[in-house]
Amino acid sequence: MIQPTLANIRAAAEPATADYGGRQAHVACDRFSFFYGDNQAVRNVTLDFPSFQVTAIIGPSGCGKSTLLRSINRMNDLIPGGRTGGRLVFDGQDVYGPRLDVVTLRRRIGMVFQKPNPFPKSIFNNVAYGRRLHDGPAKGRLQEIVEASLQRAGLWDEVKDRLDDNALSLSGGQQQRLCIARALAVDPEVLLMDEPTSALDPRATARIEDLIAELRGRYTIIIVTHNMQQAARVSDLTAFLYEGDLIEYGATAQMFTKPRQKRTEDYMTGRFG
Amino acid sequence: MKLRSRRLLDRSLTGVSVMAIVLMSLSLLVLLGPIFSRGAAAFLFRATSEFRRFNLEQFNRGDSRRIAAESRAVAEARQPLYGMLAAFTAELEDMDPARRRELRQQFKEVRDLLRELLGPLPGEMDAVMLRQQYGQTRWDRARVTLQRILFSEQWDYSDPSRMGRKVLVPRRQAFAGTQLEPLFPHLQQNLKSMLQPRFTFYWRFLSDRSLDSHFFGGIWPEILGTFYLTLGAMLLAIPFGVIAAIYLSEFAAAGRLVSLLRVCISTLAGVPSIVFGLFGLAFFINTLHLSHSKSVLAGSATLALLILPTIIRAAEEALKSVPHAYKEAALSLGASPLRMVLTVLLPAALPGILTGVIISMGRAAGETAPIIFTAAVSVGRPLKLWETLNQPTPALPWNIYNLATEHQAVDQIRHVQFGMVLTLVLLVLLLNLAAIVIRARISRKMRG
Repeated sequence: MIQPTLANIRAAAEPATADYGGRQAHVACDRFSFFYGDNQAVRNVTLDFPSFQVTAIIGPSGCGKSTLLRSINRMNDLIPGGRTGGRLVFDGQDVYGPRLDVVTLRRRIGMVFQKPNPFPKSIFNNVAYGRRLHDGPAKGRLQEIVEASLQRAGLWDEVKDRLDDNALSLSGGQQQRLCIARALAVDPEVLLMDEPTSALDPRATARIEDLIAELRGRYTIIIVTHNMQQAARVSDLTAFLYEGDLIEYGATAQMFTKPRQKRTEDYMTGRFG
Repeated sequence: MKLRSRRLLDRSLTGVSVMAIVLMSLSLLVLLGPIFSRGAAAFLFRATSEFRRFNLEQFNRGDSRRIAAESRAVAEARQPLYGMLAAFTAELEDMDPARRRELRQQFKEVRDLLRELLGPLPGEMDAVMLRQQYGQTRWDRARVTLQRILFSEQWDYSDPSRMGRKVLVPRRQAFAGTQLEPLFPHLQQNLKSMLQPRFTFYWRFLSDRSLDSHFFGGIWPEILGTFYLTLGAMLLAIPFGVIAAIYLSEFAAAGRLVSLLRVCISTLAGVPSIVFGLFGLAFFINTLHLSHSKSVLAGSATLALLILPTIIRAAEEALKSVPHAYKEAALSLGASPLRMVLTVLLPAALPGILTGVIISMGRAAGETAPIIFTAAVSVGRPLKLWETLNQPTPALPWNIYNLATEHQAVDQIRHVQFGMVLTLVLLVLLLNLAAIVIRARISRKMRG
C-alpha cells in the first residue's frame, strides 16, 4: 500500500480549495499511532488536514477514526493505558510534546460529540461556559459573543426569547446545534466533529449538514462519519481508514467516483463495513 | 404446574412485602402517637395561678395588675385552709404525747405536700430553691399531688403467702376527730379556686431557658446546643467529605492504596458511636487540646467524624453518576480538571450530595453517645456563637436521656422530657424537609 505523501494530498486537495483566508492553522499527522494497551488502534497514519477545508474520515466501525479524531485535541488523555507514537502537529506545535498547554490546545480546537451533550444549565450559560473559562468573570461582550455564536450555529432565531431556559428542554437537533454554538463561542480554529448526526433524525441531520456547509471556509473542520452520503455531501477531502490503517486519502469528488484502492471501492459499494 | 407454582411464589412475595410495609407503618404510628400526644402536653396544658405568678416574677411576663388581682383571689380562697392548719398546730400542742408523736409525723407529710401543691405556707421563710418558692404550675401535676394528700400509700403484708400489696389509705382517717379532718374534703372541693387552672399554649417552651434544672421554663439551651452541634458537624464534614469524594471518584488512580482507603471508609461507617465519643475525648480534647474540657467545637468535630463516611459515600456515588458526556464537553472546551469539577461536575452531582447531607444531618442532630464525652452537659445556659469554641452545651438527645435517668425528680418533669423528644423529632423532620425542598428545586432546575 502506498502512503499518500503530503505533496500528493495537497495536489488532490487543490481543486476543492476555495480560499485559505488569513489564518494558517492546520493539523498534520506524521506516522501517528495510538495504542490502547497492546492494541494499536491507529497505525502509522500520515495525513494532512488543510486549513479551512472540511475533511471527512470514513471507515467501518472500530477502524480507529474516532480515536484519530480524539487524538487531535488530546481527549484520549483520559483513557488509562493509552499512548501514542509518531507525531501529531497542530499549527507547528507537537500536540504530544512536553511544552504543550492542553487548555490552550482545546480552546483552539473545538469538538462536537456523537450525542448532544449540553450542560444542565441555561442556554445562555451553555454558550457562555467556554468564554467564561478563558476570559474570567462575565464581561459586557459576553452577550454579543453568545448571540453571534448562536447566530453562526443557526439557532439564534429559535432560542432568542428563551435564553434562560434549561438547555435540556431543547430538541435533539437543537441541542446539537447548541453544542456547536458552545464550541464556536471560544473562537476555535479547528472544529472536530465525531459523528455529530448519528443520534439525530433526518431533518435535524440536514440542518447540521447545512450548518457545516456555512462554516466551511471559516474553520478547519474534521468530521468523522459512518454515513458515506454525508461525507460526500459535506466534505472537500475524504480519508478512508480501515483497521487503523489509512487506505486512501484525496478529494471527495474523486474518491467517490474513481477510488484508487480496491478496498475503498469495496467499502463504498457496501461489500463490507 | 410449573407456571402455577411460579405464580404462587410471585404472589406470596408481593404479599410478604406488602405486609412488611403495613407492619412498618403501624409501628411508626404506634411510636409517633405517644411522641406527639405526650410531647404536645409540654406546650398545651392547664396552667395554674402559680404558673402565671412564676412567669411574672421570673420572666417579667404577663399583666402584672391582673396577676396581682388573681393572687389576691387565690390567697383568699386558700385562707380557710391555712386557718385549719394553724388551728391544728395549736391543737397538736395540747394532745397527749403518744398521740402527738403519731400525728406529728403525718402532719409533716401533709404540710410538705401542701407546700408542693400551693407553694410556701404562711409564715415560712422564702426557700432557696425555686421549686420550693412556687406550687404546682401545671393542673395535671396538681391533681397528682392532691391524690397524694388525700391518700397515703401503705403496703399490706398481712397475707404472708402473697406479695405485699399497695393500698391507698385516706389520710382523713388518721386525723379523724381533729381540726384537720375537714381540710381534706375542703381541699378536694376548692382546689380549682385555689389554683385557677386555665388552658395555656406555652409556645415559649421552645424559647425559654430552663430554671432550677428543668422544673420550670423551656428548652432553648438544648435546642440551640443541638443546632450548634449539628451545624458545626456539617460545616466540618461537608467540605472534607466532598473533597475526599472528588479525589476518590475523579483523581485517584485505581490501585491497592485507594481500595484500602475505601475499605477504611466503610469500616469507619460501622464503628459504634460511643467509640467515636471516646475517640473525640482522647483525640480532640486530651491530645489536640481543642478546648480545656468539653466544648461544642470538640463535639462538632466528633460528630463530623461520625458522619464523614456517609457523606463521602453519597458524594462519591453522586459524582460517579454524572454523565461522562458533561465532563468531556467541559474538557473539550479547554477547562482544566479543577474547573471542570467546580463548574460542571459538582453542580450536576449536587442533588445526590444533598441526599447524603440530609441523612447525616438527621443522624448528627440525634446522636447521643459521641457528645456525652465531648460536648454535652445536663444543665446550661444558651451559648453565644463564640462561646461554642470552649464551652459545653446542653443538647436535646443527651438531655432526653439525662432527664429520664439522672434527674432528682423524674416524675415531676416528664412533660419536659416528652417536649424535648417531640422537639427533636420535629427539628430533624424540619431539617430534612428543608433539604428535600432544596434538592427538588435544584434537580428541577437542572432537568429543565
